[in-house]
Amino acid sequence: MSQLELDPVTAPVSPPRRAGRRARTSAFWLALPLAVAAVAVFVLPLTGLLPDGGQNLDATRQPPAFLAGGSWAHPLGTDKLGQDLLTQFVSAGRLTIVIGLVGALVAIGPGTLLGLLAGYFRGWVDRVISILIDAQLALPFILVALAIIANRGSSLPVLFLVLALTGWAVCARVTRAATLAIRERQFVVGLRAAGASEPRIVFRHILPNLAGTIVALGTLQVGTAILVESALSFLGLGVVPPMNSWGSMLASGQDELSQAWWIAFFPGLAITVLVLLVNLLGDALLTHHDPRKRRR
Amino acid sequence: MSEVTETGVPGDLARHPRTPESDTPVLEVDDLVVEHRDGGTGTLFRAVDQVSLRIAAGESVAVVGESGSGKTTLAMAATGLGPRGRGDIRLLGHSLSAVSRTQLRRLRPEVQVVFQDPHGSLDPRQSVRSGLRELRALQPERTSWIDDADLLGRVRLAPDLLDRYPHQLSGGQAQRVCIARALLMRPRLIVADEPTSGLDVSVQADVLALLRQIRATTGAALLMISHDLAVVRSLCDVVHVMYRGRVVEAGPCDRVFGTPENDYTRELLAAMPGARWRSRR
Amino acid sequence: MKASTVRRVGGRLASLFASLLIALSLAFLLGRLSGDPTATILGPMAPPEQREALRHQLGLDLPVVVQYLDYLKGVFTGDLGQSLQFYQSNTSMIADRLPYTLQLVGAGMALALLVGVPLGVLAATREGTWWDRGASTLALLGQSVPVFWFGMMLVVLFAVKLGWLPAGQSGSPRHLILPALTMSVYPMAHIARLTRASMSDALAEPYIDSARARGISTRRVVWRHAFTNAMMPILTIVVLQTGILLSGAVAVEYVYSWPGLGQLALQAIQFRDFPLVQAIVVFGALVFVLLNLLVDVLHSIVDPRVR
Repeated sequence: MSQLELDPVTAPVSPPRRAGRRARTSAFWLALPLAVAAVAVFVLPLTGLLPDGGQNLDATRQPPAFLAGGSWAHPLGTDKLGQDLLTQFVSAGRLTIVIGLVGALVAIGPGTLLGLLAGYFRGWVDRVISILIDAQLALPFILVALAIIANRGSSLPVLFLVLALTGWAVCARVTRAATLAIRERQFVVGLRAAGASEPRIVFRHILPNLAGTIVALGTLQVGTAILVESALSFLGLGVVPPMNSWGSMLASGQDELSQAWWIAFFPGLAITVLVLLVNLLGDALLTHHDPRKRRR
Repeated sequence: MSEVTETGVPGDLARHPRTPESDTPVLEVDDLVVEHRDGGTGTLFRAVDQVSLRIAAGESVAVVGESGSGKTTLAMAATGLGPRGRGDIRLLGHSLSAVSRTQLRRLRPEVQVVFQDPHGSLDPRQSVRSGLRELRALQPERTSWIDDADLLGRVRLAPDLLDRYPHQLSGGQAQRVCIARALLMRPRLIVADEPTSGLDVSVQADVLALLRQIRATTGAALLMISHDLAVVRSLCDVVHVMYRGRVVEAGPCDRVFGTPENDYTRELLAAMPGARWRSRR
Repeated sequence: MKASTVRRVGGRLASLFASLLIALSLAFLLGRLSGDPTATILGPMAPPEQREALRHQLGLDLPVVVQYLDYLKGVFTGDLGQSLQFYQSNTSMIADRLPYTLQLVGAGMALALLVGVPLGVLAATREGTWWDRGASTLALLGQSVPVFWFGMMLVVLFAVKLGWLPAGQSGSPRHLILPALTMSVYPMAHIARLTRASMSDALAEPYIDSARARGISTRRVVWRHAFTNAMMPILTIVVLQTGILLSGAVAVEYVYSWPGLGQLALQAIQFRDFPLVQAIVVFGALVFVLLNLLVDVLHSIVDPRVR
């Protein structure tokens, strides 16, 4: 579904100050609601404000409070077993956010490392890694996911494996292009002339200079991971009961569409808003670190 | 006040101690050929074609030619910092094709490079001070002869620049920092690749004066890559004229510029900036 | 010139073939790494003779190298093995389902083009205005929404509440409307963003100003000059997205009970029909690589610089 199409990023340079500040401001205003949401899903369960999440067969499929027949006892309504949907929504959101973050990390980590190696050492290292990148990008990812899950069953580690396998190639490609651009910069030659070793140049100089780009990529990857997770969980192949994510809430909402559409409505809306904010933030960060876009 | 702007040569730039000069040339290049494969068409392109070059200790040699003539490729290959190509290169008497990796890393600080774009030559994420600290960590014995403040003084920069980042420096200041970094290593050879073409005209003269003075006081040899004949004339003893990867004429500056033998050199002298000095003299 | 073209095309072909081979090997490995599939298929209580028979039927009693070579030979002769669940050849089952998926992807892609391109042009020609911001946000929204959820909400609105359109199954053109609309969301957003980006690049070129100065009408400048510049990237994305959708439409097909390849893949997983899962993965990879090749060919036809 979400396939990142990024321009090859050129080497970052020191930012003209005003444009930099503007990008930072917009990044702040995008990051703020995300941070609030993340804190909310972790703190709300501790406050005791949420309704009791247990079953109540006298109050099944209650609509949300703002619709006719709803009550504030269950602000988002109840499911077919009378369980409170707000309580589910908050705990599912927690897992969704964790999966988004970890899913991005497991893709960015190896992707960045391989991209760095390919871009810096070139030669046969680059050739091997580039073929792997092409091969990965030549496989429709949902099929890779299906094949792995068919064999390994659904569990969180398998989900992370899928997210890593489907996400690393894009990160590797962008990191490789950026590394290729930076390694030609003269300060790298200067360091070599001073007797700096290759690992030092790669990890102490090139990597820090890529940090901004990597953070931006990682942010976009969080959005991708959340979308992939929601699709897999929706199909019953990602997060499965007793665990709950927004994606798996959509799965249980699918059967109830005709009777209780709100079960699927709110988690889906939450995913959309979350991913939209993450994508906007990622775009803002990428613009900030891409001098070509910034100079305009 | 962060930069001393006087252009005169101050007397406080003392000759720093170094090992006794040997008679081995700093750099000898024999029949060097460097080829690039064009990524788009796949054709082989000869950037450097059968070039030989010799730089004695303390000597100042220039390579001139228009852009694309192979000057920079030659310099990078000759110092072992770029694609090495075919042919024999001896740095301080050590053949580059014969030295081991560790030997090469020990040899490298003997050659320092100053580039055209001073900002590109500094890691944008490092302050001047942490950049120098890293160089000191890399070569502890070589760099212990001077402290940071004195070093900046030698390139006529105030010590309060130490905590600046590259984007907070002007082009001239950044180039002085680059020269200071090269100086710190006490190299036997400084390669200056168009060191003034990225700078404003007003600071070009300052940087040239600085280079001339460093040459006079440290005894380092200089390999100057330039298309600016006036610059070459003012700094160098010997000049090599490159055209399409080949050296078409070589000799002492006065001789080559005064009575050029090659047609291309004559054309170059007529077309290039700085050619006018001939009529002035 | 000629020799370099051959080199380039040859290199590209070789790298595509390498990609394909890696993908195929990966699909094969995924099928073997999980240990003995007969235990999963028949359950832990199955008698050993029955498992042995299944192992033989699946060819698992042969050495791995032989299995691998047999598998590769099968792939290149169009034989993708037998389904455990349907007792049919996987190739013929894929062929049965493919038309449905093609129909869905074709309709979705057409819709995506019809809306996405004008949206992108609108944003590019009014760069910086509220039109631009609105269109760009809409496009980003399209890339942020879980499309299958969007489909579910369409079902709620148009099938459950309003009763205008059927909620699922296939059959009449009316059945196609909602699934195709759902399918178009992601490529539409992608196409709109791409059109905007390449058009605004083109509109910033000096030749556009000079064309305007010569009195050529704005509409002509936009469509004849700037748009031709944006065509190639759009074409590329259309072809590549088609590849993704052909095998990646699983969730959308599931929402609408659409009898395409995606549903087949889901069934195969539910019944642990490993040969069928593997066959679908291989088919997807083949399609994807072929479409990549098509993109390369299109590039070299359209862009004289590549030639």
